[in-house]
Amino acid sequence: MATVETADSATLDDEAGGVRRRDFINIAAVSFAGAGAVATVFPLVNQMNPSADVLALASIEVDISAIETGQAIKTSWRKQPIFIRNLTEAEITEANSVSLTELRDPESLADRTTPGKENWLITLGVCTHLGCVPLGAAQGEVKGEYDGYFCPCHGSHYDTAARIRKGPAPTNLEVPEHEFLSDTVVKIG
Amino acid sequence: MSFPWAKEYKPATEFGQWMDEKLPLPRFIYNSLGAGYPAPRNLNYMWNFGSLAGIFLVVQIVTGIILAMHYAANANIAFDSVEHIMRDVNSGWMFRYAHANGASFFFIAIYLHIGRGLYYGSYKAPREMIWLLGVVIYLLAMATAFMGYVLPWGQMSFWGAKVITGLFEAIPLVGKPIQELLLGGFAPDNAALNRFFSLHYLLPFVMAGVIILHIWSLHIPGSNNPTGVDVKGPQDTVPFHPYYTAKDGWTLGLALIFFSIMLFFLPNFLGHAENYIPANPLSTPANIVPEWYFWPWYAILRAFTVDFLFIPAKLLGVLAMFSAILVWFFLPWLDRSPVRSGDYRPRFKKFFWFGLIPCILVLGYCGGAHAEEPFVMMSQIATAYYFAHFLIILPLLSRIEKPEPLPNSITEAVTGKPLEQAS
Repeated sequence: MATVETADSATLDDEAGGVRRRDFINIAAVSFAGAGAVATVFPLVNQMNPSADVLALASIEVDISAIETGQAIKTSWRKQPIFIRNLTEAEITEANSVSLTELRDPESLADRTTPGKENWLITLGVCTHLGCVPLGAAQGEVKGEYDGYFCPCHGSHYDTAARIRKGPAPTNLEVPEHEFLSDTVVKIG
Repeated sequence: MSFPWAKEYKPATEFGQWMDEKLPLPRFIYNSLGAGYPAPRNLNYMWNFGSLAGIFLVVQIVTGIILAMHYAANANIAFDSVEHIMRDVNSGWMFRYAHANGASFFFIAIYLHIGRGLYYGSYKAPREMIWLLGVVIYLLAMATAFMGYVLPWGQMSFWGAKVITGLFEAIPLVGKPIQELLLGGFAPDNAALNRFFSLHYLLPFVMAGVIILHIWSLHIPGSNNPTGVDVKGPQDTVPFHPYYTAKDGWTLGLALIFFSIMLFFLPNFLGHAENYIPANPLSTPANIVPEWYFWPWYAILRAFTVDFLFIPAKLLGVLAMFSAILVWFFLPWLDRSPVRSGDYRPRFKKFFWFGLIPCILVLGYCGGAHAEEPFVMMSQIATAYYFAHFLIILPLLSRIEKPEPLPNSITEAVTGKPLEQAS
């Protein structure tokens, strides 16, 4: 009653069968706008992903020639600490003497190193529990009950292959993708 | 809300009912932008630019929040951080160009919206408050746009900041301390950049608040219309939704097409190449002009070249520039003609189309040109006419003009039939 009631407004009202001719225009217009909105939302969200300058620093090359047997260094990769350890024979033997069935996250030392370079253990220095930096890389730091790394935050103990042995961490220290470019240079990432 | 025949909001679902009792937000939307707001049935396309300006404000806020995630408001790295946005951030170039061009589209919409109000007398009783709030929104938009242009910290940014804050220096006695207070220094530097960034982020939300007041005060008398005649009955109106939502949606689609053309094919057309040179406090660009939407006011500022009485030219220019906008606050009381729409005011119509509009276009052109003859002379004539229009022509016209007969109702104007028979 209230508004403009003219002859052509009949098309606005339900016709027999409940289908209106204007429904097609309605659905087409709203679908078109909806598709446009979805296409717009993608870059709105994607802009928060790492930008090109961040991705450009995603891989590093490290000179390992100065690391003596039994030493470890800390370096930084993607703004996170990396431990590069030159394992001693005793540490390798200790790691290989453990039965995989005893482990929470079963991996052998060979799984975690490059063939022929089993003495080079490269892991993230990020505890898999809640992200603290475990001790044990630098001289004189506590290495934990299994002679590898020890996370002081919540007491996770890692062995000489940086595998979780005791404490709350769910998995071994992560081994990043890496590749030996020569005997003295390793590329991480 | 505004008319007794406005459709009543009826929640369709049980949740809607629950919500309506607790927080009647859907009812509020329904009554403001939905079927519950009866709008005159004869609104023409000039009535589409208010909602369009609102949508472009949303575009500016969304793209601006994104840019702020990647921008660094520090004079040492601001310029580089903008290049970082352009080159490194995913789709960063698109957001920056959308934000830069979105400002222009916002001003296009707002100028057409203001022009609509000027021609159809939307500022007259009972809608004075809507107009006054609109002027406030425009002033906030100008401040926001100016401070945003400073943020890339290029040459135009720096010298724009210096020139505009220099306006305050023209104030007698306290001018210099005020300028130093605004800048937090003796020239634009880190302190100025940081406060401009802070305020550039804040003011759009203040604008959004004033826009809510603007719409609130609009919904008391309801929208004006091309005849300027009051709504007299239900036949004179249609529900805002779907009639004007659909119509606004259609022009929004058109506007977005033009926006996309600018954004993707002519992104720097409205910008200044000079602003891709990092700010240099020791060298001023050859032709320093603001963005196009400030050109008319800039021309008025530069039109004053000689001291008058004891007032220095610099102060006169500044006073004139601010007065040119502040005079709008008095417009509802300067134009006393009871007839709203310019369509029914034969003389006003001529002064509007052949006086005010060309005058503002000339000012706009001169504001973008070099400060030399003949543009200075043209600016001076146009400035004189601009003030004459508001201070002399409008008050006089409302006394001497004989308006054309108004239609008895909107419905009669549209259908040719009297209101009672039209239904």
